[in-house]
Amino acid sequence: MTRRKSVVTSVALLAILVAAGCKKKNASVPSQETAPSAASSPAPTVQMAVSPSTISAGDQATLSWKTSDATDVSIDGIGKVPTTGVKTVTPAESTTYHLVAQGPGGTAEATARLVVTTAPAVAVPSNTMTAEEEFKANVQDIFFDYDTYDIRSDAQSTLSHDASYLASHPNIKVVIGGYCDERGSDEYNLALGQNRADAAKKALVSAGIAADRIRVISYGKEKPFCSESTEECWQQNRRAGFSMDQ
Amino acid sequence: MRVPIRSYVSSFLLIAFFSFARVQAQDWVRTGTNLGNEKIRLAAADFKPGSADPQTPALKAVFDATLYSDLGNAGIFDLVSKSFAPQAMPGAPQEINLAQWSAAPANAAMVAFGNLSVTNGRVVVYGWLFDTRNTANPQVLGKQYNEEANQDMTRTIAHRFADEIIFRLGGGINGIAETKIYFISSRSGSKEVWAMDYDGQNQHQITHLGAITISPRISPDNTRIACASLGREGWGIRMYSLELGRMVAFPGGSTGGANQSPSWAPDGNRIAFSSSRSGDPEIWIANTDGGNAHRVTFFAGPDVSPTWNPKTGTQLAWVSGRTGLPQIYIMDQDGSNIQRMTDGGYAVSPSWAPNGQFLTFSWNRKYGPGAPGGQDIYVMDIASKRWLQLTHDAGSNDFPSWSPDGRHIVFQRQMGSHTEIWSMLSDGTQQQQLTHGGTNMMPNWSWK
Repeated sequence: MTRRKSVVTSVALLAILVAAGCKKKNASVPSQETAPSAASSPAPTVQMAVSPSTISAGDQATLSWKTSDATDVSIDGIGKVPTTGVKTVTPAESTTYHLVAQGPGGTAEATARLVVTTAPAVAVPSNTMTAEEEFKANVQDIFFDYDTYDIRSDAQSTLSHDASYLASHPNIKVVIGGYCDERGSDEYNLALGQNRADAAKKALVSAGIAADRIRVISYGKEKPFCSESTEECWQQNRRAGFSMDQ
Repeated sequence: MRVPIRSYVSSFLLIAFFSFARVQAQDWVRTGTNLGNEKIRLAAADFKPGSADPQTPALKAVFDATLYSDLGNAGIFDLVSKSFAPQAMPGAPQEINLAQWSAAPANAAMVAFGNLSVTNGRVVVYGWLFDTRNTANPQVLGKQYNEEANQDMTRTIAHRFADEIIFRLGGGINGIAETKIYFISSRSGSKEVWAMDYDGQNQHQITHLGAITISPRISPDNTRIACASLGREGWGIRMYSLELGRMVAFPGGSTGGANQSPSWAPDGNRIAFSSSRSGDPEIWIANTDGGNAHRVTFFAGPDVSPTWNPKTGTQLAWVSGRTGLPQIYIMDQDGSNIQRMTDGGYAVSPSWAPNGQFLTFSWNRKYGPGAPGGQDIYVMDIASKRWLQLTHDAGSNDFPSWSPDGRHIVFQRQMGSHTEIWSMLSDGTQQQQLTHGGTNMMPNWSWK
C-alpha cells in the first residue's frame, strides 16, 4: 500500500519536474502542487498539512487541507471530503495521508505524513480496519497444484509479502491451516494438508519469522472453502490459509 | 501357477479368478468359468411358533428374516428361495419330511429348521440343521437358545445359529453374523464414531466428542476404539473404551502436528499411526500405553494409513506420497524390506486380509487433472501383485476393510453429495448398502 503511494507521489513529482522544465513561465507553481494544465480551465491546486506531525499512539492529530479549482476531493482511507476542510485523526501507526483533487483543469495530489511513535497500550479501534481485517488484507493465503505441497512461484511473492507484514507486527501470532480439494482419501489428504501448512511455515521461518509464533493445523478436506466439483473450486481448496491465532 | 488355497475357502473365488482370468483385461463381465466349486444348496425353513404369547409372531418374523439374510450374506450357499419351500412348517425333527426338501423345486442338500416360543419374557429357540440325503442319520447340528424376549436378542440368536451353520458347512471358518462395523457418521451434527451390526442393523452412536473425529479402528479384543480427532493443537490419536463407556488416555497421541490414521497390531499391544511430529508425516509405532513410540519411515512427503498384516503381526502396508501421487507399499515393522505394490495412479486406504495373502485398497488408476478415472476398490494378491477390480462405475469408493472371515469387504461409497457404507463379498458381488441418510464413512470391521 505504502509502496503504491510513494510510486504515485514520485510520478507526481516527475510530472512537476517535467512541467517545470517545459514551461518556464509556470515556474512559480508551488512544489506541493501539480499542474498538467489545460488550455481552458486552470489546474486545481492543493495544500495539505498534518499537525502535529508526530504523535504517540492513541493521541490525536489534525489533518487540514485546502484546494482551489477542484470539484472532487478525496483522501485514501477516509473517502470523499469537502474541497477545504479539517479532520481529527487517531491512527494506531504511522500513516501517510494521500489526497487527490480533481477538477475540470486536471488532477492534483498531495501527501502528508503522520508519524506514530509507540504502540498503544490498549488496542485503539481504527477508523478504517479492524486488526483482523488488516491481517486478512496483508497476509494472504497461498495455493497449491494438485497433490503437491511445493510452494509455487506465485506463492513465493505472496509469502514474502506475508512475512514482511508479520515481521513488522511482532505481536501477531499465526495459525496456518492446510487444506485439500475434495478428491482422494481423507487420511491421505490430512497428511498432504499437513505438508502444505508445514511448507508455508518453513517459508515464513526462513524469512525470519519466529517458529513459535506459528501454529500449524491440517484440515485436509474437512473444512472446504467451497464445495463444487470444479477445477476452480478445487484450486480454492488446495491452500495454506493464514489466520490470527487468538 | 495356482496360488495355494490353504485353509481359506474365503479367497477361493479370488484365487480362482487370479489363476484363470486375464486379470487386467478391460472386460469385467463375469462369465462363470471361475466358479470352480459348487455352493452347497441350503434351505432355511420358517421357524414354527411354539407358543401363543402375543410377542411370538413379531419375534418370529425378526428371527426368520435375520437367519435367512445371514445365510445369504455368507456368500457360500446357494440359498433356496422361500417360495420353493414345502408347505409344511417343520418345528422339530419328527415333523420334517426330508424327501419334500430334497425334491424339486427346493432341491436342498441341507435344511435349517426349528421352533421359536416366548414364555415369561424369554425367547426360546430350538434349531436344527439336517442333511436331506443322509436319511439314516440326518442331524448335522442341534442348538438351543434362551434369551430375554426382545428384537435385539432375537436377532442375536439368529446370528449365532447362522454362524454355527456357516462354521459347520463353510470349512471351519467362523461366520461373521455376530461381528460389528465401526464407522464415522455426521448424523448427530458432527463427525463421531458409530457402530452397527455387520448387516446394518442396530446403528448407534459411540463417541460424543463434539469435535471432528475420523478413522475409527477397533482393537482385536473388541474393547477399545482408536480414532483421530481434531483439537486446538491439531489432530491427535484418541482412545475410547467400550467397557468403560468413555475416553481413556493414549499418552503421546497429541504431540502437535497431525497424528492420525491409527491401526492396531493383531496382538492388541501396539498401534501404528501417522505423525508429523518430526516435521513430516511419517509412520510411527507405539505401545497402547503410549510408550516406546518410534519412527519407522524416513521419506519426505505424506506417509499415512498403516495397516498390519493380521496373520503375522510383523508387516505393515501403508500409503506413501514419496514419488508424487500416493501409492501402496509394504514393509517389515522395523521399516526394512520396503516394497512398492501399486504401479501408478492414486492408491490409498489399504486393509490387509486376515489370511495375510491379499490387500484391499482404493485405487484411481487414471488420476489427474481432467481425468475421469473412478476411485474403486481393488484386491491385490501380495505375492504376485496381480489385482482384481471389485467396484465398477458406481460412485467414488474408499476405505475398504476386510471382515474377519476374509469373505467380505465393507467400504464407503460416495455418490453425488451422499457418502454411505456398503458391504460386498470379496469378489465384488452381493454389494449392499448398509447406511441410509447423513454422511457415513470410514467403516472398520471388527476382528471377531
